[in-house]
Amino acid sequence: MFPNQFDYHRPTTVAEAVGVLQQNPDAKVLAGGHSLLPAMKLRLAAPSALVDLSKVEGLTGISTNGSVVIGAMTTYAELRDSAALKAALPIVPETAYHVGDPQVQAVGTLGGSLAHADPSADFTAVALALDASVKAVGADGDRTIPAEELFVDLFTTSLAPDEVLTEIHIPAATGRTGMAYEKFRHPASGYAVVGVAAVVSVGVDGTVAQARIAVTGATSKATRATAAEQALVGKPLSADSIAAAAAVANQGLELNGDHYASAEYRAHLLGVYTRRALERAAASLG
Amino acid sequence: MVLSRYVGAEVRRKEDPRLITGTSMYVDDLRLPGMAHVGIVRSPYPHARITGIDKSAALAMPGVLAVIDGEDLAEFCGPLEAGNAEGGSGEQADYEHLEQGALGTPQVWPLARGVVRYVGEAVAAVVAESRYQAEDAIEEVVVDYDELPNVTSPEEAMADGAPRLYEANPNNVGARWDRIVGDVGAAFTGAPVVARARIRSQRLSGVPMETRAVAAAPDPLNQGLTVWTSTQAPHWNRNSIAEALGLPTTRVRCIAPEVGGGFGVKIGAYQEDFIVSAIAYRMQRPAKWIETRSESFLATHHGRDQWADVEIAGEADGTIRGLKMRVVQDLGSHPKGTDLAELTGRMSCGCYEVPALEFKSYGVYTNTMAVGAYRGAGRPEAAYYVERAIDLLADAAGLDPVEVRRKNFIAPFAAGHVTTAGEKYDTGDYDKALSRALELVDYAGLRRRQAELRAQGRYLGIGLASYVEICGFGPYESATVRVEPNGDVTLYSGISPHGQGQETTFAQLAADHIGADFEKVIFNHGDTLNTPQGNGTMGSRGLAVGGGALMISLNKIQNRAKQIAAHLLEAAVEDIELGDGRYRVRGVPGEGMSLAEIADASYGGDLPQEFEAGLESTDYFRPEDETFPFGTHVAVVEVFPDTGEVKLNRYLSVDDCGVIISPLLVRGQVHGGLAQGIGQALFEEITYGENGELLSGTLNDYAIPRAWAFPPFETHHTETPTYLNLLGAKGIGEAATIGSTPATANAVIDALEPWGITHLDVPMTAEKVWRAIQEGGGTQAAAAD
Repeated sequence: MFPNQFDYHRPTTVAEAVGVLQQNPDAKVLAGGHSLLPAMKLRLAAPSALVDLSKVEGLTGISTNGSVVIGAMTTYAELRDSAALKAALPIVPETAYHVGDPQVQAVGTLGGSLAHADPSADFTAVALALDASVKAVGADGDRTIPAEELFVDLFTTSLAPDEVLTEIHIPAATGRTGMAYEKFRHPASGYAVVGVAAVVSVGVDGTVAQARIAVTGATSKATRATAAEQALVGKPLSADSIAAAAAVANQGLELNGDHYASAEYRAHLLGVYTRRALERAAASLG
Repeated sequence: MVLSRYVGAEVRRKEDPRLITGTSMYVDDLRLPGMAHVGIVRSPYPHARITGIDKSAALAMPGVLAVIDGEDLAEFCGPLEAGNAEGGSGEQADYEHLEQGALGTPQVWPLARGVVRYVGEAVAAVVAESRYQAEDAIEEVVVDYDELPNVTSPEEAMADGAPRLYEANPNNVGARWDRIVGDVGAAFTGAPVVARARIRSQRLSGVPMETRAVAAAPDPLNQGLTVWTSTQAPHWNRNSIAEALGLPTTRVRCIAPEVGGGFGVKIGAYQEDFIVSAIAYRMQRPAKWIETRSESFLATHHGRDQWADVEIAGEADGTIRGLKMRVVQDLGSHPKGTDLAELTGRMSCGCYEVPALEFKSYGVYTNTMAVGAYRGAGRPEAAYYVERAIDLLADAAGLDPVEVRRKNFIAPFAAGHVTTAGEKYDTGDYDKALSRALELVDYAGLRRRQAELRAQGRYLGIGLASYVEICGFGPYESATVRVEPNGDVTLYSGISPHGQGQETTFAQLAADHIGADFEKVIFNHGDTLNTPQGNGTMGSRGLAVGGGALMISLNKIQNRAKQIAAHLLEAAVEDIELGDGRYRVRGVPGEGMSLAEIADASYGGDLPQEFEAGLESTDYFRPEDETFPFGTHVAVVEVFPDTGEVKLNRYLSVDDCGVIISPLLVRGQVHGGLAQGIGQALFEEITYGENGELLSGTLNDYAIPRAWAFPPFETHHTETPTYLNLLGAKGIGEAATIGSTPATANAVIDALEPWGITHLDVPMTAEKVWRAIQEGGGTQAAAAD
């Protein structure tokens, strides 16, 4: 509960933050801190410096003009309470409501969660299912990283050590799109033992035009359940097609086991939660 | 006896405003000039020989004042006192039935000497100017270990050839308690119904909100030490620390300031109490150590951890013929709970007539943290086994569990009943609590609803537990009532409340029994300088024993006040009554006298010589026996077969804790007790890995239940007074924990009946329930039921 010694920086611009990171290769960016600080207190993480983004301007806010842009330092509470998101992308406020507890929601941030890449986080799966991308700013300017390429392994992303994740971009939903996130909550940590995010678009002919299903909690990083997706495309979104997709949800995935939930149990839960997420996504189509 | 409105009234807790506003003092709030900070180097191995400790790098770190190992400390601090280490529930252990050959009491040093026996054992202490510096230096203390073979399972530890923790304990057996009464063989031979199960009461952590904490400072006034410690029994800690340091008891003052929860795991002086005290005394400098949450999981004693093989034999109509229990108690690495299995044995008959009993128990050392008292200490285990056994018998005989309980209840008794296990219960009326619970919960209606839902493929479970337990452990408790010259009242007691609320309860009693002003009453406890000798707060003894002592003092003060009032009002003392807070002449209208006026006279110079000066009394109460509260709990759960999740839909308790002084406080105790008992049934478990490493070492892994896990609790009571104290109160601190684990477990197993499941171990986590369903044929099997 006593972290190693570290330096503390509180820049006011992204450029300044990037500069500090360049000078301190072992520094870590501090967003909400709800994952990083406990790890430091347990001495599992010992960054040489923290670069606190809380005073950097322009990193918060939600824009729903066409595609959705969310500032990296936007808190879960802001996502949870956003009327614009409830209309445009209901899966986002709904997921924010299920992260941790109200205290965590008040301080934890979307950008922090994605950059931390906890294998049991909720928003990693949601970002994959929504085909989100993030904007990363480094010394040589900025680049866009699709969520697909962001998560490399557990607690590992493709962000360079001197890059700051500043924004999350989510393409606007097209046509009739239903979406839902369902998770089996760990009774102690509140993290996902298994979480499934589903975003399904139905074409004019009533069949599934696109399905993006992503899994968290069960694998070493948030991952798309491509077999389940393929089982849906071209089929009407029905109890039968949902059951077929759920049955293959764990196909091709390497599942984790721990002393709370074995890999075998997680494999089973994956089917159940894929079905539940798809059923609710289907219901939300109206 | 009860004269006016405070006893029995819904009085708000006097202690809450300061706790809620954070203005009170816990150990960590103490900041003394020059205070040094202590960090502990802990063993990463479950069993190893220490071959060398290199302190040089740590000593060179900034701010480091000293690095002390076991050999250093032994020069000025003795081992943990044997009696203290045996701790347990505070009950005197009964060694009559012990097999002497199997027992030795191992010597335990505050810092390991030679050998470490569990992951987390204290090996060295780093003293530094700040805790951060101490923690940095801990990483630089180089300890060389030779690993020894370890054993973490008690059954394996008992086997011949298992790694041995102590030379004096062959097969690692550290405690035995057996009781064999009646013809058990005949009871089982030819019994129409026999049921058996291997039942696990898993290892738990107490998880007090405030972890343990110790601060100590040289005290120029007593030329010794003052020690602030987060404990349930400051007098015990004072005695132990003084003995270990070779100081007269008079030179150690022990203070338990606000204590943020104990639940049994803060009974007795721990290693760190000795380490910090010794450092402060030796260095003549204040020192402090606050346990981190990680340390708390590793090095604060755990609770429960028994395996029980239970067999019950009965007639076809459910009448019990005999009961067999073989209990293996994991003691962990050192003696803190050698009396736990005995307490289980003493309660092994529960509320029932058991014609023949065979109880055998083995306390076994393993390379894990010591196991000691935790809310209920041995009795929750007994209630769990007995209440499971009754349901197993009902299942096997095809009877309703209510019927089997009623068939076997001990008939109501008001003047003692000795059970087959040899325990003398005080008073009881078990069917009264059961009947009230069934009526309140609408048991028949619930069974109908269960059948309706089952037809729809939904699985409701209804679980009952009728428990009885032991409260009010002795050997004595003390009280001082001091009426100040202006009539304000100060109370002192040897108990050490840490959340129980006796500041409120005792003020209620003082208001009613001597006319004290409830708002102005101050209750001092937890400081050995100003309180009479005591045994602290544990084993639901605060009110039954501490309150019993208080009542003796209050009665004495009331009598003396009446004599003074009679003299001043010129009336016969028999005609003085206390009503509405005033001493007045019975039948004579008028004001009478207030306690303030009487106190003024008692401290003044105008009373005749036969009146003693002052208005104060110190008294001790030694109860002749323990009290036995009881009750029936009903849990209603729904099991979701597709994931194995369990939802607690309804929880109704009928507890009989004797006379209730403070209904609000009793309700609070029941709520907290239920949360911990249901936590054992559904969520909590301390788990060690194959190499003796703690797997459930953070609150991210160890699941304490949150508010979302519970429906609104429906709490009810019957009142069967005890004759063992002046209040008629029995105790409520542990009762709800004891009733709720079996009620909840029985409910889940009842829900799983369509799959032919008759037993499942707690905690009933989703995967465990799901697996049981799969083994029972999965959802199709149930649908075909």
